[in-house]
Amino acid sequence: MLSAQQLETYITQNLACDYIKVLGDDGTHFEAVIVSPEFVGKTMVKQHQLVYAALGDRMRAEIHALSMKTLTPEAWQKINNNG
Amino acid sequence: MDTQALIKQQVTSNPVVLYMKGTPKFPQCGFSNLATQILKACNVDYLAIDVLADQNIREGIKAYANWPTIPQLYINGEFVGGSDIMRAMYESGELQTLLNATN
Repeated sequence: MLSAQQLETYITQNLACDYIKVLGDDGTHFEAVIVSPEFVGKTMVKQHQLVYAALGDRMRAEIHALSMKTLTPEAWQKINNNG
Repeated sequence: MDTQALIKQQVTSNPVVLYMKGTPKFPQCGFSNLATQILKACNVDYLAIDVLADQNIREGIKAYANWPTIPQLYINGEFVGGSDIMRAMYESGELQTLLNATN
């Protein structure tokens, strides 16, 4: 069964991430927070497409649902400073 | 008509189109349900297309926008996003602005 930890590994292998946290323990439904410098200057659609591309065929075959929040390092820092 | 041409026709001849699993009355997936709830809250008329009813559309829509998941929202022929993006844009008010421009 696919674990949240494995999913983190799959994503970070193909996408440079400053921070990543994937949650989900049923093997098919996951929630992720992903911070990557690659997201800078891109629309949310493009940001999510980068994550999907990093997962490749796994997105079709193994993962039923991946809910994600994508953030640039700058946006991530702002959230942390306010938190 | 091939599937890609059919999808193009659907999204360009209707101002707001939601590709979803199930129907707005009986959504078959939590994410599709969320998408219908958001559109309902925006008080907008839209065309809902049940991808579970047509295998060609179900696979074809993933290629159309290079987006591997469902639901998918289109406004004025443009791909807007899946349920995460719909939620973020709803919360920021951006979605309502975009929808108002279709009236």
